[in-house]
Amino acid sequence: MANKLETIDVNLHYGDFHALKGIGLAIPDHSVTALIGPSGCGKSTYLRLFNRMNDLIPDVKITGKVLMDGEDIYQIKSSKIDHLRRTVGMVFQKPNPFPKSIFENVAYGLRVNGISDNSFIENQVEKTLRQAALWEEVKDKLKKSAFELSGGQQQRLCIARALAIEPTVILMDEPASALDPISTGKIEDLIFQLKDQFTIIIVTHNMQQAGRVSDYTGFFYLGHLIEFDKTKKIFTNPSKQETENYITGRFG
Amino acid sequence: MEFPESNERRKKLSQAIMFGLSRGISYGIVALLFLILFFIMKQGIGVISWEFLTAMPTDGMTKGGIWPAIVGTVYLVLGSMLFAFPVGVMAGIYVNEYAVAGPVKRFVKMMTNNLAGVPSIIFGLFGMALFVNQMGFGASILAGSLTLGLLALPIVIRTTEEALKSVDDTFRQASYALGGTKLYTIRKVVLPIALPNILTGLILAVGRVSGETAPILFTVAAYFLPKLPSSIMDQAMALPYHLYVISTSGTQIEASRPMAYGTALVLVVIVLIVNIAAALLRNYFGKKVKMN
Repeated sequence: MANKLETIDVNLHYGDFHALKGIGLAIPDHSVTALIGPSGCGKSTYLRLFNRMNDLIPDVKITGKVLMDGEDIYQIKSSKIDHLRRTVGMVFQKPNPFPKSIFENVAYGLRVNGISDNSFIENQVEKTLRQAALWEEVKDKLKKSAFELSGGQQQRLCIARALAIEPTVILMDEPASALDPISTGKIEDLIFQLKDQFTIIIVTHNMQQAGRVSDYTGFFYLGHLIEFDKTKKIFTNPSKQETENYITGRFG
Repeated sequence: MEFPESNERRKKLSQAIMFGLSRGISYGIVALLFLILFFIMKQGIGVISWEFLTAMPTDGMTKGGIWPAIVGTVYLVLGSMLFAFPVGVMAGIYVNEYAVAGPVKRFVKMMTNNLAGVPSIIFGLFGMALFVNQMGFGASILAGSLTLGLLALPIVIRTTEEALKSVDDTFRQASYALGGTKLYTIRKVVLPIALPNILTGLILAVGRVSGETAPILFTVAAYFLPKLPSSIMDQAMALPYHLYVISTSGTQIEASRPMAYGTALVLVVIVLIVNIAAALLRNYFGKKVKMN
């Protein structure tokens, strides 16, 4: 399989803080990669390299290469960052639907990028809500406020919102950590279905979740990538002692 | 281990005293407010009538009504908000969304806070110098509204800033992640979420503006006008100033005393109605964008 995303010797500083230390990693196309590690290890920061969300923080310095389909996304013109962000969808820890109707939440990404053909938008919203396994639950109340949905439904709506503009990569930052087990199960099923069409990176604190949904797992610790391998290998026979200690719960 | 019984008693007693004291004080403050309202109500209710609310003052302002003062205050509140609300919200957006952390932003914030501490009579003098004389508006509703608007600006700026600050950053990031520009994100996502709290700023500002006397003293307020203002370049009467005039400098202060209390009552009730209406509005919007 070709590598969709790749980082070569990436270092990231927040002011004086060295958050990512020489990270080299290649992520295959149409796969799910889990990033695990204790809080503050750099995994969320790493995730945000791929849609340049770290750029929004003042005093950030990034060196090294971040490649998507072979192109360094930190060498593109700043006018192309919007385009990059369109090809990379993002789902956050807490469900954060916009203060709009269910329909308008999904349509947001289309409208913001200048699409105004209503029948196209309607089709796309339905298609995306089906993709996010939410259509049956909301089809009769598309005009209702997104805040009327349950937390789990809101998170699937946020996934639908990200899918609507047809990205190729989806970044998920602990997407189920604020949800109950049943809603979490639905999100995990969804991730499993989506990997046929997308390259997914998911940050998680939940070892079982990493084991269930991902093909590859990377273990971060204190800004270093300690180990990256097939999830099965990491969880059954890790090569590094730190990895084993972490996944067996001896620290972290 | 044995713990001495006396210590337990002492703990309980000190708890009870502190708690009782702070409760007593907070109830006392509420009682004081009710006392003021009751006093004004008792003194003023006697003169309240349809005529009092809708007629012009007569007989050296000892009889008749206060209609022109009510109209003037409404115009001034509306005018000042038309100026202060958009300007204040835009300034708040700049400070919270655009300004880069550093000395410039700190300076702007500090000066905004200082502006809030400037005595209102200074605003009155400044308004007279700038709007009435320099810009040639004369004593007029326009000059008075702008002066009152200046007074209200820091309140609107500060509450807008706080309201925007309380909007979780992931809302902004989610919009950027979909290709949204900063302006689009602020318009479509951030402002709607912050709106209920921004409206709080408007409530506070309206309350403040409707009761101010000093800023309108030299910029708009008229001692007595035989007819209602017909344009924004006219002078106007206003409730707080009218109250001041008939309590201190009328021709027959004793005779117009009941009129003064009636005026005070109307002013208080108007402020109360504005506050309640704005609070209802805020609750309505608050429900629409309720966070989980």
